[in-house]
Amino acid sequence: MNDRQNDLKHHTLSVTVENKAGVLARVVNLFSRRAYNIYSLAVAPTDDERFSRLTVVVDVESVPLEQIVKQLHKLINVVKIVEHDPRHSVERELLIATVKVAVSDRHQVAELTRIFEGRILAVSHDALTVSLEGHPAKIDDFEDLLRPFGIAELQRTGRVALNKLERETPRVHAVSSAKSKVS
Amino acid sequence: MQLNGGQALIKALEMEGVEVIFGLPGGAILPVYDPIIDSPIRHILVRHEQGAGHMAEGYAHATGKPGVAMVTSGPGATNIVTPLADAYMDSVPMICITGQVGTASIGTDAFQEADITGITQSVTKHNYLVTRAADIPRVIREAFHIATTGRPGPVLVDIPKDIVDPTHPNSAMEWYWPTDAEVIAGLPGYRPTTVGHPRKIKEAAAMILAAERPVLYVGGGILKARAAEALRELAELVEIPVVTTLMARGAFPDDHPLCLGMPGMHGNYTAIMSMQESDLLIALGSRFDDRVTGKVPDFAPLAKIIHVDIDPAELGKVRRPDVPIVGDCNLVILELIKVIKAMQAKGTTQPDITPWRSTLSGWQETYPLAYEPPAEGDLLKPQMVLEALRDSAPEDCIVASGVGQHQMWTSQYWKFRHPYTWINSGGLGTMGFSVPAAIGAKVGRPDRMVWAIDGDGCFQMTAQELVTAAAERIPVKIAILNNAYLGMVRQWQEMFYEERYSEVYLSPDLPDYVKWAEAMGCVAFRVEHPDDIQPTIDKANAIDDRPVVIEFRTDASEKVFPMVASGKSNTEVQVPEFQRLAAKTAAASEKEPRQ
Ligand SMILES: Cc1ncc(C[n+]2csc(CCOP(=O)(O)OP(=O)(O)O)c2C)c(N)n1
Ligand SMILES: [Mg+2]
Repeated sequence: MNDRQNDLKHHTLSVTVENKAGVLARVVNLFSRRAYNIYSLAVAPTDDERFSRLTVVVDVESVPLEQIVKQLHKLINVVKIVEHDPRHSVERELLIATVKVAVSDRHQVAELTRIFEGRILAVSHDALTVSLEGHPAKIDDFEDLLRPFGIAELQRTGRVALNKLERETPRVHAVSSAKSKVS
Repeated sequence: MQLNGGQALIKALEMEGVEVIFGLPGGAILPVYDPIIDSPIRHILVRHEQGAGHMAEGYAHATGKPGVAMVTSGPGATNIVTPLADAYMDSVPMICITGQVGTASIGTDAFQEADITGITQSVTKHNYLVTRAADIPRVIREAFHIATTGRPGPVLVDIPKDIVDPTHPNSAMEWYWPTDAEVIAGLPGYRPTTVGHPRKIKEAAAMILAAERPVLYVGGGILKARAAEALRELAELVEIPVVTTLMARGAFPDDHPLCLGMPGMHGNYTAIMSMQESDLLIALGSRFDDRVTGKVPDFAPLAKIIHVDIDPAELGKVRRPDVPIVGDCNLVILELIKVIKAMQAKGTTQPDITPWRSTLSGWQETYPLAYEPPAEGDLLKPQMVLEALRDSAPEDCIVASGVGQHQMWTSQYWKFRHPYTWINSGGLGTMGFSVPAAIGAKVGRPDRMVWAIDGDGCFQMTAQELVTAAAERIPVKIAILNNAYLGMVRQWQEMFYEERYSEVYLSPDLPDYVKWAEAMGCVAFRVEHPDDIQPTIDKANAIDDRPVVIEFRTDASEKVFPMVASGKSNTEVQVPEFQRLAAKTAAASEKEPRQ
């Protein structure tokens, strides 16, 4: 729990790799052989199916991180690495959780989910499955508030990140590309 | 053209210009051994797969071409893990082909199955598990490309049996040979930088011309980049002294007036201290290894650093450079020379570095490499054996060594005058390296005399490859410095564990090295008396049709000096006792007023 608050040491790397068997193991191995714990990891193919994108959140000081990034670059199947500065990136994560609640208390969980703008996915006599997508810090808060009700199962995806759009040019770019679609 | 996977594999190796494979067959790799019979590629049958790996390394060190080893699945593959790790540490280009169980059996704990790509992931530059016969030519091309470009290293290719077995439908394939462009396009994440950044090179040139106490700190990368000639031109152009690390011995001639020799834990006093006192280290293909730097915060405290390496991960790994340059050492040095010449032509001058040169030569005079000659009746001193071997060998003789005291003495006492004449296991420090590495070197350079300088401990780890050498008529020469001990470990126990010797005694005559060598088809001699050293070496050097072994009985109490103890600062370098006392007396008498 405390670890999560300490975002200073968290570094988010976005690693584009060739979409091939064994590549994930190679990436993960570089962290494990240095005894660095991977805090979260999300993997999925990109829009170009030859490549996958890994989003790795790792707790490490900046100096060893620089070395790890260079070592990652040395992997033949790693194509590109971007480090996301939290101030200049959008980060999102998804949580789904099943909460054990008696019928009498159900409305409290429903209320909480509504406040966080989450969704109720399923309901049964004594349980509720909810989901929430959002910034990892918001997800942490939601998880903390759900806990007293009794969490039966909980799963988080690990975070994914993209760089924030710049104020000026990219908007113009977005507009012009939208235009060209119209014409 | 229709081929089966096994034929395609051998044909791909032929296309890559492979002239020799070191290997040993077994069940899973059997189908690949059949087309070898019809191939012009020479196969050398080793007696242990570790031998195949080190032979491939020795071949690569001596020729600059990638060494190729081929072994079967399971135990064959695990036996070659040590050489792969060795090649990875010392950036040796090497291709290792392993057999694997059939694709349908992978992951079922089939007979002789080992997850060799998993096992070798962190000791190879890259590895492949090939699952379709059609991929074989492309993978072999990629493997050679990766092994030999950028920072060289070992690449393992794991081949399941069904895709090479002509009786299996999975082995059918249509032959093709990818173009260079296809290979590069197929490796989107692999683009080594070879050309140094022009602005950084200008900065480096300006720093070099401004330095008062510069040192060229040269590592094994110079040899990998085949930059020995360029290095010499640079050193002479600016008259900067050169230290050559253990991996770079021979990259700059030892008899050159600018050569300071080897730095590091067992380097010579002048080479070590030159770095400590330097105001500019020009690190070329070197990696600030702990054996060179000693205690890192105390290493070269006054020096600015220019660091040139083809591997960006080396820059700033240990010591943050003032001028980092990613690139091929040869190209970068040639550019540096151009820029320096242009600056000189425009009138830039260097500070007078004669005071620096005279400081260095003062150290060289006071603290040369030295040992005390044996008293009458003592065992041989290893250093004097090495001097005799050195002085009796042609200057282009290739020397391989094992790991231990004998390795350090060889590096210290040999005079290397040419690149690619020194072959050793520097990064991993693999005992048993020398015999197979020497055999591989001799296969690659049959025109050269090849000596392996080995320890008694090391020899016992891979001696069986002398059977290979005898059977294949590979006339290598082996000198065993038999001190009856795991000498290097004994030295540490003597110096740092209060002479409590734990598990380091080996016995001088068990085994009987002469009988053993003879049983393996070698000519063998034993030397116990100083008078026999030279005549026996002469006899060995005259033999050119089979391997020769000389066992020298050497003094176990002899220690390697100078020495920087592990974790200590380089300034705490210890020289031999007699030299320390002599230097003290000399300093005292200089202070005495002259009458
Ligand atoms: C495979 C392996 N095991 C252990 C060691 C540790 N080690 C380093 S030097 C050495 C002693 C080598 O003995 P020997 O070959 O007789 O050489 P000497 O030091 O006596 O010259 C040992 C055991 C090693 N380097 N490699
Ligand atoms: Mg010994």
